[in-house]
Amino acid sequence: MAVFRESVPRDLPGKMMELNWTLVLLLVLLGAAGVGMLYSVGGGSWEPWAINHAVRFALGFAGMMVIAMFPPRFWMGVAYPVYVVALILLVLVEVNGVTINGAQRWVDLGPIRMQPAEIMKLALVLALARFYHDLPDDKVTTISGLLPPLLIIGAPAALIVGQPDLGTTLLLAATGVMVIFMAGLSWWFILVVGGVGLAGIVGIGLYGLENILAEYQMDRVHAFLNPDFDPLGINYHPNQAVITLGSGGMTGKGFLEGTQSKLGYLPEMQTDYIFTALGEEFGFVGGIAVLAVNALIMAQGVIIAISCKSPFLRLMTIGVITTFASYVFINIGMVSRLLPVVGVPLPLISYGGTVVLAVMAGFGLILGAHIHRNAEPPRGAGLFG
Amino acid sequence: MRADRQEQDLKFTRRALLMAGAGGLAFLGLGARLYSLQVLETERYRLMSEDNQFNFNLLPPSRGRILDRFGVAVADNRDSYRVLLVPEQSGDVASALDRLQPFLPLRDYERERILRTARSQRSFHAITVADDLDWHTFASINLNAPDLAGVTPDVGEVRSYTYGPSFAHVIGYVQPPNDEDIANNPRDAERLLRHPGFRVGKTGVEIAREADLRGQAGALKTEVNARGRVIRELPEQSTQPVAGRDVVLTLDADIQRYAHERLNPESGSAVVMDVNTGELIALVSTPSFDPNLFVGGISSADYAALRENDHNPLFQKSIQGTYPPGSTFKAVVAAAALEHGVVPPTERINCTGSVRLGNREFHCWRPRGHGPVNLRDAVKTSCDIFFYQIAERLGIDRLHAMATRFGIGEQFDIGIAGVRRGTMPNPAWKRARYDQGWSTGDTYNTGIGQGFVTASPLQLAVMTARVASGRAVSPTLYRNAMMPPAAHIGVDDAALTSVRDGLRAVVEEPGGTSYSLGGLGLGDIEMAGKTGTAQVYSITAAEREAGVRSQQDLPWRLRDHGLFMCYAPADRPKYACVVVIEHGGGSSAATRPARDILRRVVARDPSSRAGVFADVGNARPGGA
Repeated sequence: MAVFRESVPRDLPGKMMELNWTLVLLLVLLGAAGVGMLYSVGGGSWEPWAINHAVRFALGFAGMMVIAMFPPRFWMGVAYPVYVVALILLVLVEVNGVTINGAQRWVDLGPIRMQPAEIMKLALVLALARFYHDLPDDKVTTISGLLPPLLIIGAPAALIVGQPDLGTTLLLAATGVMVIFMAGLSWWFILVVGGVGLAGIVGIGLYGLENILAEYQMDRVHAFLNPDFDPLGINYHPNQAVITLGSGGMTGKGFLEGTQSKLGYLPEMQTDYIFTALGEEFGFVGGIAVLAVNALIMAQGVIIAISCKSPFLRLMTIGVITTFASYVFINIGMVSRLLPVVGVPLPLISYGGTVVLAVMAGFGLILGAHIHRNAEPPRGAGLFG
Repeated sequence: MRADRQEQDLKFTRRALLMAGAGGLAFLGLGARLYSLQVLETERYRLMSEDNQFNFNLLPPSRGRILDRFGVAVADNRDSYRVLLVPEQSGDVASALDRLQPFLPLRDYERERILRTARSQRSFHAITVADDLDWHTFASINLNAPDLAGVTPDVGEVRSYTYGPSFAHVIGYVQPPNDEDIANNPRDAERLLRHPGFRVGKTGVEIAREADLRGQAGALKTEVNARGRVIRELPEQSTQPVAGRDVVLTLDADIQRYAHERLNPESGSAVVMDVNTGELIALVSTPSFDPNLFVGGISSADYAALRENDHNPLFQKSIQGTYPPGSTFKAVVAAAALEHGVVPPTERINCTGSVRLGNREFHCWRPRGHGPVNLRDAVKTSCDIFFYQIAERLGIDRLHAMATRFGIGEQFDIGIAGVRRGTMPNPAWKRARYDQGWSTGDTYNTGIGQGFVTASPLQLAVMTARVASGRAVSPTLYRNAMMPPAAHIGVDDAALTSVRDGLRAVVEEPGGTSYSLGGLGLGDIEMAGKTGTAQVYSITAAEREAGVRSQQDLPWRLRDHGLFMCYAPADRPKYACVVVIEHGGGSSAATRPARDILRRVVARDPSSRAGVFADVGNARPGGA
C-alpha cells in the first residue's frame, strides 16, 4: 500500500508533545470540583473524603499518563485477556463478594477491595474494539459479525444484573450497543431491531414490568412516577435531592453554606448525590459549569475518535466516551428526578476509588488514542483472521 | 479500496457526529431541568429547604390562674417533670416502652393509653408517657436518655388545684383534650391541643372561661438536622407565648374551704351570697372529689368509686340539685300575703293542728297545733295551718307571681354550666306536665313549700338575699368591680320589713323554731333564718306500728332533706347563707352548719371587726 503515512510519535518526548492538553485540563477541572465538593460535604474538612479523593485523582492521573504512552498494538494484544480476567472477577464477586448496602459488588483481593464491574466497563470496550478492528467492514451486519459482540456484552451484563446493579448493566449495554452502531451496523438492521425492541417494550408493558424488575427496582419506578407517594420512605431521598438542588437557586447558597447537605437530609452525600451539594452551594451557574465541562470532554472524545485512523482506536474512544457520558447523564438525571433512582456516581466528582481509577484509565486510553491517532495497526490474529 | 476506505471514514464521522448531537441534546435536557429546578421553581424549594432546616417548636402558654375574691390562687400552675416519646424517633412504641420500663414502670392502662394515642396521631407528635414524676425517677431517665431513642425528659407546667375538693365543682378541672375537643376547636389550635401535656377545661370555670384561660402559643425557631436533632436555637426569630388571663371569682377561698369541711361528709350543699350584689361567697357541694386526680388522668377504679358513691360526689348539688324548699318558702308566701293585703299583720288564725279541705286532712308539723297565731308568729313557729289559709286566700297565680319575683323557677346564669331551674308550679304548668287541673290542695302544699315546687340551693340563696335586701340581685360568680347595684325588687318595704322581723324571731326569740341554736354567737350581731324540711318519704301506719317513729329509724335514702336559709346581720343584712343536707332527717341537720358558716363570713367581714357595718346602710331597701 503506497499510502502516505502521517507520523506516529515513537519516543516519550514526542508523545508528550502530542498530548491533548485540552482534555487533560478539563479532567483536572472535574477532579478539582470533586475535591472541593467533598471538602464541603465533609463539613469543611479534608477528612474523610477530600484528601482521599485528591490522592486517588493524583494516582489516577499518573496511571492515565502511563496508559496514554502505550501504543495501540499493546492494547489490542491485551484486550481479550483483560476481558477474560474481568469476567472471572465478576464471577468471583458472585461467588465470594462483599456485600455493601445490600448489593454484592465488591471483591476482596487481599489489600485491595474493588468493583470488577468498573474494570469490565473498560475491558468490554477494549474487547469490542478489538473484535471490530479484526472484522471486515462488510461482515458487521452478519450473524458471525453480530453474535460474538452480543456474547461479549451479554456475559458480563448477565452477571452484573444479578448483583443486583441495574445501573451498571444498562451502562454496559448502552456502551456495547453504541460500539456496535459505530462499527457500522447497517441502518436497515437497526430499524428492524428497533422495531422488534419497541414491540418488546410494548410486550413487557402488557406482561407487566413487575415480573421483570426486582421488588426494590419496581418500588423505585413507582416512586419516580408518584413523587408524593411515601414521602418519608422510598421517595424521601429523591425528593430531598430535588429540594437540595432547587434551593440553590441561580447562584447557590455559597461554598460550605449548603444546609441540606450539611444537616444530613441526604445520605451518602459524598457519592451519588454529590451533584446536589454542588447545585445547592453554587446554584444553576455551578451546575451548568459542571455540565459544560462534561460536554466539552465528550466533544473532545468525539473529535479524537473521528481523527483516529484505525477502527480499534476509534471504537475504543467512542466506547469510553459513551460510558463516561452515560454516567454523567444518568447521575444528574437521577438526582434531578428526571430519571428513577439508579445508583450511578458522577465521574471524578463522586467519592469512590475504583470509579476514579477506572475513569482515569479510560481517559488514558483516549489520550493514547489521540497520540497514536495516525497509527494503523494491521488486523491481528482475530477470530476471523 | 481507497474509495471504500474513505466511505468508511465518512460513515464513522457521520455517525460520531450524530451520536455527539444526541449526547448534546441529552445534556441540554439536563440543563433545562436544572433551569426549571434552580431558577423557575427555586422559591418553592428554598422554602422546603428552610422548612427542613428550621423547626418551629411550639411553646405552650401558661394557663391563666383562677383566683378567689382576695387574689388567692385556687387553680395554679406548677412545674411538672415529665417524659415524652416521639414515635418517629423511637421506632416501635411498644418496644420503646419496654426499654423505658426499668426506669419508669408503667401500669397496663397507662401503656394502653400511650399505644392508643400513638395509633391515633401522626408519628412526629410527641406523646406524654408520664407526667408529674418525682425527681429521682426523672433524674434516672435523664441519665439514661442517650440510650433511649425518642424519649425526651421535659419540664412542663401542670394544673394544680390548691384547695383540692372544696372548689372541685365550681372551678372544675382540666384534662388532655380528646378527639372531640380537637374537632370542636379551630383548626389552627390543633397543634397546641396535640402538644404533650396541654390540657383544656372539661368542667366548671375551667371550661366556661377556657377562652380567657388558655392564652396564646409561642414558637421557638430551631435549626435541626435530618434526624430532628436541634443544632441551635434562634430566639430572636421566635415568638413568646402569651399567658392566659387570670379569672377572678367572687368566692372567698377561706369560706369555701370552711363550708366544705363543715358539711363533709354529709350529702349536702351550701351557698353564701352577698345580699346586695349577688356575689357568691361560697358555692359548695359535698362530698366532693379531688380535681387533681383528673388532671393526670384518673384511674378507672377511682372514677368508678366516685360514680357509684350514693352521696353523688360528682354532682354539683348547690346548682344541680333541686329540692322542695319546705318551710323556707314561707318567707315568700308571707311577703305575698302582706303585699296583697290578704292578711292584716294583726289577724290571728287558729291552728288546731289540722285543717280539713274537702275530704282531705292537712296537718301542721306540730300535731297539737299552735293556737291563734298572727303572721309574725306563724313565721317564727313555722305554722303550716296559717300558711295553708293565706295561700288559699292569695290563690296560686299571685303566689306564683311573687315566688317568681324571688327567683323561684328562674333560670340563672352564673357563668358555669349545669344550673338547674327548679319548678314554680301554676295551673298551666300542671296541665302541661300532668294533664290535670289545679286543686286547692295543690295551693295548700305550695303554701308550705311542698308538692310541686322545687328549687336549687342557689335559688334559695337568691330568695334569701332578695328577702333580706329587697333588691332583685342575681347570683354571680365572677368578680366585676363595675357591677351596678341591683334594682329594687318592687315589693312593699313594709311587707318585707314584717317578713324580716318574723325571720329574726325564728332565731332570736324564745319559741322560734331555731331559738335553740343560740344565735350567731358574735356579740350583739343578730341573724335571721328559716328552717325547712323537704319530705322524701311518708312513714306509713304499718311502719309506725312496727316501731319506726322517727327519721333516724328510716334508711338513709328515705330520710327527709334538711334545709336552712339565713342571713346576717338581721337589722342590716349583708350575707345570706343556705344549707341543704340531703336525707338529713329534718331541718336540724342544716341549721347548725348554716349558722357556723354564716358566723365565719360575718366575722371575716372587715366592717364587723371594726364593730360597724358602715356600708350596709346604703343597701337598706328603700334607702337608695
